[in-house]
Amino acid sequence: MTALTDEGRADTGVAVETPLHRFVAEFAASKLALVGLVVLAAILVIAIFAPWLSPQNPYDLAALDLLDGRLPPGSASADRAITYWLGTDDQGRDMLSAIFYGLRTSLAVGVLSAGVALMIGTALGLIAAYIGGRMESLIMRLVDLQLSFPAILVALILLALLGQGVGKIILALVVVQWAYFARTVRGSALVERRKEYIEAARCLALSDARIMLHHLLPNCLPPLIVVLTVQVAHAIALEATLSFLGIGLPITEPSLGLLIANGFEYIMSGKYWISLFPGVALLIAIMSINLVGDRLRDILNPRLQK
Amino acid sequence: MTVFILRRLMQSAVVLVVMSLLVFVGVFAIGNPVDILINPQADQAEIARATAALGLDKPLWEQYLVFLGNALHGNLGNSFVFNEPSLRLIAERLPATLELALSAMVLAVVLGLPLGLYVGLKPETALARTIGAGSILGFSLPTFWVGIMLIMVFAVELGWLPSTGRGATVRVLGVDLSFLTWDGLKHLLLPAINLSLSRIALVIRLAASGTREVLHMDYVKFARAKGLRSRRVILVHVLGNILIPIVTVLGLETGAVIAFSVVTETIFAWPGMGRLIISSITVLDRPVIVAYLMMTVFLVILINLLVDVLYSVLDPRVRLGEAEARA
Repeated sequence: MTALTDEGRADTGVAVETPLHRFVAEFAASKLALVGLVVLAAILVIAIFAPWLSPQNPYDLAALDLLDGRLPPGSASADRAITYWLGTDDQGRDMLSAIFYGLRTSLAVGVLSAGVALMIGTALGLIAAYIGGRMESLIMRLVDLQLSFPAILVALILLALLGQGVGKIILALVVVQWAYFARTVRGSALVERRKEYIEAARCLALSDARIMLHHLLPNCLPPLIVVLTVQVAHAIALEATLSFLGIGLPITEPSLGLLIANGFEYIMSGKYWISLFPGVALLIAIMSINLVGDRLRDILNPRLQK
Repeated sequence: MTVFILRRLMQSAVVLVVMSLLVFVGVFAIGNPVDILINPQADQAEIARATAALGLDKPLWEQYLVFLGNALHGNLGNSFVFNEPSLRLIAERLPATLELALSAMVLAVVLGLPLGLYVGLKPETALARTIGAGSILGFSLPTFWVGIMLIMVFAVELGWLPSTGRGATVRVLGVDLSFLTWDGLKHLLLPAINLSLSRIALVIRLAASGTREVLHMDYVKFARAKGLRSRRVILVHVLGNILIPIVTVLGLETGAVIAFSVVTETIFAWPGMGRLIISSITVLDRPVIVAYLMMTVFLVILINLLVDVLYSVLDPRVRLGEAEARA
């Protein structure tokens, strides 16, 4: 990546610049966004390789020692085998390992739900913009209705109805999020639809599905990517909130929200680390996604381009 | 104008009925409350009697009609747990929630507006950059974690402010209010800050971007050229023009603040309706869940309606645009 950046900078002449070069160079122009990207990459690596990176398997009860319960950060375990750099919780679980596993769950839920919402929202938004008429007003009415209710209220209603579970919380998050994607896609598809290349594709008698997916969709992608990053961050925060309230993920799938809730009762007695560190991990994850998303928005928004 | 309001009223009523159907059918589908409420040793006859007493043996549509009829009389059923009318349970806790939500909104305006104005007027200063970065943080920080941190710092470590409950209240016109006593105010401060944080960030952003746009307008340049003092230009010409979008967005946010107070109330043990709903969901207290959801949905719809009507009064382009779209 650095090679590309340097090349892009060395050649200020526009002639050899490809869109990718320019994109990378522009992204790298913001140091803050670069930091966000690096942190985000590190978090992804941690989440994917959590079982190999963690000092301890936090959910293997045989590996836990109750005698190690609620140790402050930096303590050694009773058998001196490992050091608890971030302390332990009430079960003697290494917080660092628990956070690695929690990141894995939180990111998986966030990415999966935003991904599904992206597909559903994009499909409906494309259909609304391309077909129009009754279909469009029906879909957009639904979008307006959905967006007029606060996300947490919709999630509360659904979780009150569905109960707990990974699948259910993903479903609730998808319902909360699809409308944002639908609105975004429709907005840009309405503009693109009137352009000549769509007309040309129609003249070639291509099928509607083909025009929508191969011609319309690729040109609506930039704003979608921005919304996707924002929504992944949103989904992670909302899932953590719901899990904290005890109506999100079940205790068998401990996400960061659940870890924080777990430590909440020990705050009063000054055992801050059980809540603090999972919260910091959550914050870093959300911040890094937002930083990258903000930069993407600045680059991809044609109105802001000079 | 009347037509516009009437049409919006009709829409709101339809949405309310649809939501009631959705909530009722959905809540009906979860668990069987009899299993939880009745003694596990009860025999078949006893279970049947309890089911009949709660009206759970009737078909779904009949239960819905009974529910709808009762709802129109202000009766949303008795709580299975408290054995009291669920609407009363919610209504008793509503003032606490509204007080918290409104305090948060007031904080958002009082803190967010001046900060946002400053950032918009002097975007290059170090302070403005700090405020700007802080507002991004305010968006990113999950409310519940900020709440925990506030408790950790101000209640546990420093011991300045209490972390749970509402403190002493004063009864005004039959409603208990916290903010009129010193003790109550101390209890209110942390939860209100917690709930308002992301809205403060929102107001800062809106005010800053609004100010930056308005500053380039001819009427501001003209006011300056007339030789008006810059305080007057900012307070009258700039502020007056950035307020409409801020008021609108904040109005629409009020519903979200009420819904989000679930989180803050749980953390600070604030005795509002949000705390009640979380415990009701865990024990499957159907009437209370329905009453809470209907109440919140009703409030959100009402707020959206009011904002829409107010907005069309303030800005005639909205209703003219609607009329054109219809024609």
